[in-house]
Amino acid sequence: MKTAVIVFPASNCDRDAAMALEKVTGRKAEMIWHRETEIPSDIDFVVIPGGFSYGDYLRCGAIASRSPIVKDIVAKAEKGLPVAGFCNGFQILAETGLLPGALMRNKGLKFVCRPERLTIANGNSRYTSAYGNTKEVVFPVAHHDGNYYADDKTLNILEKEGRVIFKYADNPNGSARDIAGICNDHGNVFGMMPHPERAIDPLHGGTDGLTFFKSIIESI
Amino acid sequence: MTQAVEITSEIVAEHGLTEDEYKIILDRLGRSPNLTELGIFSVMWSEHCSYKSSRRHLGKFLTSGKRVIQGPGENAGVIDIDDGDAIIFKMESHNHPSYIEPYQGAATGVGGIMRDVFTMGARPIALMNALRFGEPSHPKTKSLVDGVVAGIGGYGNCVGVPTVGGETNFHKGYNGNILVNAMCVGLARTDNVFYSAAKGVGNPIFYVGSKTGRDGIHGATMASAEFDDDSDEKRPTVQVGDPFTEKLLIEACMELMATDAIIAIQDMGAAGLTSSSIEMADKGGVGVELNLDDVPQREDGMTAYEMMLSESQERMLMVIQPGKEQLAFDIFEKWELDVAQIGSTTDTGRLVLNHGGKIVCDIPIAPLADDAPNYDRPHIATPKRDEINADNIALSDLNKAVLDIMGSPDIASRRWIWEQYDRHVMTDTVDSSQSGGDAAIVRIHGTNKAVAITTDVTPRYCEADPYEGGKQCVAETWRNLTCVGADPIAITDCLNFGNPERPEIMGQFVGCIEGMNEACRAFDYPVVSGNVSLYNETNGQAIPPTPAVGGVGLIPDLDFYTTLAGAKKGDALLLIGETTGWIGSSLYLREIANMETGAPPPVDLEQEKKHGDYVRRLIRDRRVHAAHDCSDGGLMVAATEMALAADLGLNIQRPADSCAISGWYFGEDQARYLLAVDANSVNPILSTADSLGIKAQQIGTFGGNNLTSNDGLNIELSKVRTTYEAWFPKLMS
Amino acid sequence: MKAIVHIGLKPGVLDPQGRAIARSLTDLGFDSVTGARQGKVIELDIKGNDAEKARQDVTDMCEKLLANTVIESYRIDIEN
Repeated sequence: MKTAVIVFPASNCDRDAAMALEKVTGRKAEMIWHRETEIPSDIDFVVIPGGFSYGDYLRCGAIASRSPIVKDIVAKAEKGLPVAGFCNGFQILAETGLLPGALMRNKGLKFVCRPERLTIANGNSRYTSAYGNTKEVVFPVAHHDGNYYADDKTLNILEKEGRVIFKYADNPNGSARDIAGICNDHGNVFGMMPHPERAIDPLHGGTDGLTFFKSIIESI
Repeated sequence: MTQAVEITSEIVAEHGLTEDEYKIILDRLGRSPNLTELGIFSVMWSEHCSYKSSRRHLGKFLTSGKRVIQGPGENAGVIDIDDGDAIIFKMESHNHPSYIEPYQGAATGVGGIMRDVFTMGARPIALMNALRFGEPSHPKTKSLVDGVVAGIGGYGNCVGVPTVGGETNFHKGYNGNILVNAMCVGLARTDNVFYSAAKGVGNPIFYVGSKTGRDGIHGATMASAEFDDDSDEKRPTVQVGDPFTEKLLIEACMELMATDAIIAIQDMGAAGLTSSSIEMADKGGVGVELNLDDVPQREDGMTAYEMMLSESQERMLMVIQPGKEQLAFDIFEKWELDVAQIGSTTDTGRLVLNHGGKIVCDIPIAPLADDAPNYDRPHIATPKRDEINADNIALSDLNKAVLDIMGSPDIASRRWIWEQYDRHVMTDTVDSSQSGGDAAIVRIHGTNKAVAITTDVTPRYCEADPYEGGKQCVAETWRNLTCVGADPIAITDCLNFGNPERPEIMGQFVGCIEGMNEACRAFDYPVVSGNVSLYNETNGQAIPPTPAVGGVGLIPDLDFYTTLAGAKKGDALLLIGETTGWIGSSLYLREIANMETGAPPPVDLEQEKKHGDYVRRLIRDRRVHAAHDCSDGGLMVAATEMALAADLGLNIQRPADSCAISGWYFGEDQARYLLAVDANSVNPILSTADSLGIKAQQIGTFGGNNLTSNDGLNIELSKVRTTYEAWFPKLMS
Repeated sequence: MKAIVHIGLKPGVLDPQGRAIARSLTDLGFDSVTGARQGKVIELDIKGNDAEKARQDVTDMCEKLLANTVIESYRIDIEN
């Protein structure tokens, strides 16, 4: 099992993501600089970490989504490579079009950082299958632009196809239909604003994130 | 556009130099300085760079200790936390810029203090801030709070360093001068700490980071002789921060620091290129020659004066090992940063600047530092205030008093603030402002040890009695670190005062320093870094003396630590320390009785040490479920905060032989702790305390849903919580 | 030449910043304000003087990077 974390200028959860992957797989994640042009063929799972890539200039995730490595991520994801983006990673994935919709300024207009209760909206996905009977998890959120938007038609499709994976129990940012995390139509690409990689340690944010990573790793 | 400017006495005065100071310059140079040289002298001899009013008093501080690797005098202080790990930290003010432009002022304050820390080879791992605003009803307060908090968050969140704690006070004394003090803590290896002393001759000097613009150039009026008609548009005086570049600078510096390419490194903070180049040269005893044409510039037609005095942010200066130039270029270019070799070290002991084919400055470096003014300003001691007897202070409605004080500006929940700060990034935050605890706890990455960090000062005590207030602010940080089970190690300080040319203000300054130093020595708790901010006054109205202290301690093993939360149902509430009911200068007096009078509580340093050492020992023996010190609002506020954190009711039993009721509940006697312990632990803890000569007693039991006491207190905890949480959002709505 | 690109949220997409601006203006007594939308303006310096080609190029830039057409619309002004 080999995993990789993409590093953009001003990614800042890259180390956190790598720690989580190492904890679950027992193997160090490969750190891939954004100027690289190819994801090595033996990589089984790619994480696009949180942060403020390119200072959030223009739009969150916009500039990073046009970087060389992302082209290859899009190509490989379309062939089935599992790719997950958290926080800024979700924004980047939405900007690429791999995931539908966009992330807008929080409804309250402020950065919001707090532990957030999420309900598991689809427990059968590749990213939630290991949760069993668990219906609710707590992951921290920390973002300024996490207000998920998509038109009604798209939202209806997401809900009908079971592609809404997590919902906020107490919506912190105004996201449409309380959506916290979604996947693409093949279920291999996943994005959400909350940080599962910050919930892998009882001393820091709980351990609900471990099962998230176990789910996707076991599915490969 | 630029013509030679004749240095008139007006221009000298506009540069903040006195006639005597200018005479020294003439004497050392043997000629008149040109405008660039005058500008350089003026910033080097400014209060900010030379500490000319404070230097002789700062020298009194205890600055050494067995864990001190580097005390004051470098970019930040360095302490040893075992296993080859070092903690590097400092606190600094950004008061005036934050009042003018709260978002950018606060943001660049955070950026500046982080650069002080990573300049020395440490990766920043935690940010704190100590904020003081005017009274809540003042028309500017709300927008200042909004901007400052957004600025701190905007910078720290983006760079990816958790903002883990701090303090926020409101008082009318800050209506015209808010205080924004930011602290950064970084982690390095003891064998890879970087210093600023330039060494060697002919070594290349590198400029790295953002381009230089006309940001923050001082002396707005003087330069009119030098500019054309568009000068207003060309001269932004507020620095704008770019956290994106800062993040890249950190990563690039960390990468270069892992090699042996850097001889010396200094960030360009206040007075930018001037102070960084001169400090590096002075400390290393070398000269410096710079080619200003090679400085990366953001605007056209910048003069030497502007480049030397610019305060553009996110810039560093370094002396590179000859032969390693390409390595440095490669790393900085990888991180898409501007980098240029702008000069080299020399053996002349002079600062020589070339610009446009001409030498525009050629001055000896030693006088800039050695001959900097060092004033013994007259100071008069603050008159002592009368003590206030709590018997004369009525407490008619305990329920109302508890709700009022829990919803008062200085006690109410700061959730509105800390939810805007990323407290979790880097995944090592064990405890932060989220819990409302005494000190933040940040794990040393990859280990089971942690640093504890706190910031404290009680300005109303310092105003009433600078000496006791100075002792108290150090003692409170020491107590707060103790409360989480940490060994307190060292402090940084940010000394915010009014105009030092007024003897009563200078008296506050000297009194506070002497009190602080007394406490530092009693606890073997040295000052390793700090900053002085004077002239915080408007229309002759000075701020309350505010020597903010940032304390750092070590938790050797995270199997043994406590927080404010953690009391369990049935736990006993123990009070450690003497309760005389000291009500003078208390928060109760101010908030409930509307009186800002009375002598503040005296600080018995011997008692502080004895009580703190005992509490720490109990925590290490795993006897303590939750701990909290008694500070603002006395034991009632501390006990209520513990109940709120545990989400558990509390029944308080005031002993029959206690002092007056207002003083018992809300008095602010020092050296006191509240502990939540298992009922079975009570007797052994109390008897050991007795044998050590420490006053300790059980004053309550946790359980139920209400706050109750034998004096008729009875409020639902949920009601207290609503009041406690409501104040800040209401202020900001 | 200069190309000036105005980017704003599409009609129907909630604009919390615009709403806050409108509310604040009303609070200040500007009763005539019934709504506000916040956008951004990007000025591009363009080589050459073929306005039509510039417009095509900038349209391409908007589609590929400058605007997120899921939520944003754009308008281009070319100035000589």
